[in-house]
Amino acid sequence: MNSSPAVEIANLRVHRGKLDVLRDLTLAVPRGQVVGLLGPSGSGKSTLMRSIVGAQKVAAGTITVFGVPAGAPALRKSIGYVTQAPSVYDDLTVTQNLRYFAQVIGAPRPDIQRVIHEVELEPQARQLAGDLSGGQRNRVSLAVALLGSPELLVLDEPTVGLDPVLRRDLWALFASLAARGVSLLVSSHVMDEARRCDRILLLHQGRLLADETPAGLLTLTGADDPDDAFLALVSGASA
Amino acid sequence: MNPRLALATAARVLNQVRHDPRTVALLLVVPSLLIGLMAWIFTNTKTFDIVGPALLGLFPFIVMFLITSITTLRERRSGTLERLMTMPLGKFDFLVGYTLAFGLLAILQSLIAVAYAVWVCGLAVSGSAWLLILVALVNAILGTTLGLFASAFATTEFQVIQFMPALVFPQILLGGIFVPRAQMPDVLRSISDWLPLSHSIDALQKVISRSDASGEVLRELGIVALWAVGLVVLGSITLRRRTP
Repeated sequence: MNSSPAVEIANLRVHRGKLDVLRDLTLAVPRGQVVGLLGPSGSGKSTLMRSIVGAQKVAAGTITVFGVPAGAPALRKSIGYVTQAPSVYDDLTVTQNLRYFAQVIGAPRPDIQRVIHEVELEPQARQLAGDLSGGQRNRVSLAVALLGSPELLVLDEPTVGLDPVLRRDLWALFASLAARGVSLLVSSHVMDEARRCDRILLLHQGRLLADETPAGLLTLTGADDPDDAFLALVSGASA
Repeated sequence: MNPRLALATAARVLNQVRHDPRTVALLLVVPSLLIGLMAWIFTNTKTFDIVGPALLGLFPFIVMFLITSITTLRERRSGTLERLMTMPLGKFDFLVGYTLAFGLLAILQSLIAVAYAVWVCGLAVSGSAWLLILVALVNAILGTTLGLFASAFATTEFQVIQFMPALVFPQILLGGIFVPRAQMPDVLRSISDWLPLSHSIDALQKVISRSDASGEVLRELGIVALWAVGLVVLGSITLRRRTP
């Protein structure tokens, strides 16, 4: 069993336009855990995720995923990636979307039914993705990432627009995936979701404010809930 | 390149088109309606014999240029392309998949347009009708590849539409429909020699007017096909796995 982290990032810098989105970021995502990437919008969460999946041009620093440089062809079958906007074809049904992506990554056919079940979209399987609600479309996008047997899931705000019951179910799914050894990096700007993670990375203006367990974060700041903990850290950082 | 993935992509694109029956209907019927209108306008003149063949080449080229550039732009903007580029899909699988899917649509469109021009509008074809369809198909592929390439330089649908007058109209004007290419000023003549559409219009006019020109037609088509291959290669350079 390899105990090196799933993702290792050292001194990562990313510019987008004239903006320094990520400034000298160093962090690690351990294997087999649900790691929450939290921070206000504009803090660089999506850019960090795009860098890890190899979709982002980086200015400096190194990113290795399972010991290989991020974006290497060998990784393309082992990473499931969900972008913030649901990236599925609106003019295809749920099943047709999944069938195409399953062909691309070489996932077996029964996988399509399995992932539809995992995101609870059986009743919508034959509907066009474009006819679904925002939250349902998000889940189609998530289902695509679950196809095959990804070892790392990079999920950009997968629970946005979902009701509390579905959110709970999805976090339970994430936990069971982690128990199977899958590493997950899940971003959210809802601090409340921090409680459900094994570990939390707190991002603020392109810098890492904290890399802690949820309990550790509260102890560190003496706060009662993640929201207050975040506020305490931010005011500490800007002071 | 992986033929299985290219075919899967082509099937997916056709599946998307199938969910949009209005586009399919417009795609298949409009060229014939316009050819019919043209034949009607030029009743009792010789003009349709010259313009008619060129139209058979222009429609597949223009229509495929438009739908390809818009669908690929949508793919770039919706995030599906970014997702595919993080997956084991090759750039050529993607490009060839699109070319196959729209090429198939173009064959259908051309079959209908040629049949309508010949049987309803009375366009006399001296050469082989199959050769005529082949020319229309190569034109469609040229439009598809040019559209794929152009979509890389557009960030909105409005810009894509503007590429049509910019990239397509000059080729039509210099293609020898309005003024035979031999009568153009030298500079324009030599520019038109380099443009792919000039060669496809030449090819069409040869198929229509002569029965002994198959060799020449294939040579002209070869030039157009080279352009199409060149544009696919350029298009693949514009498809990037990493973006700023």
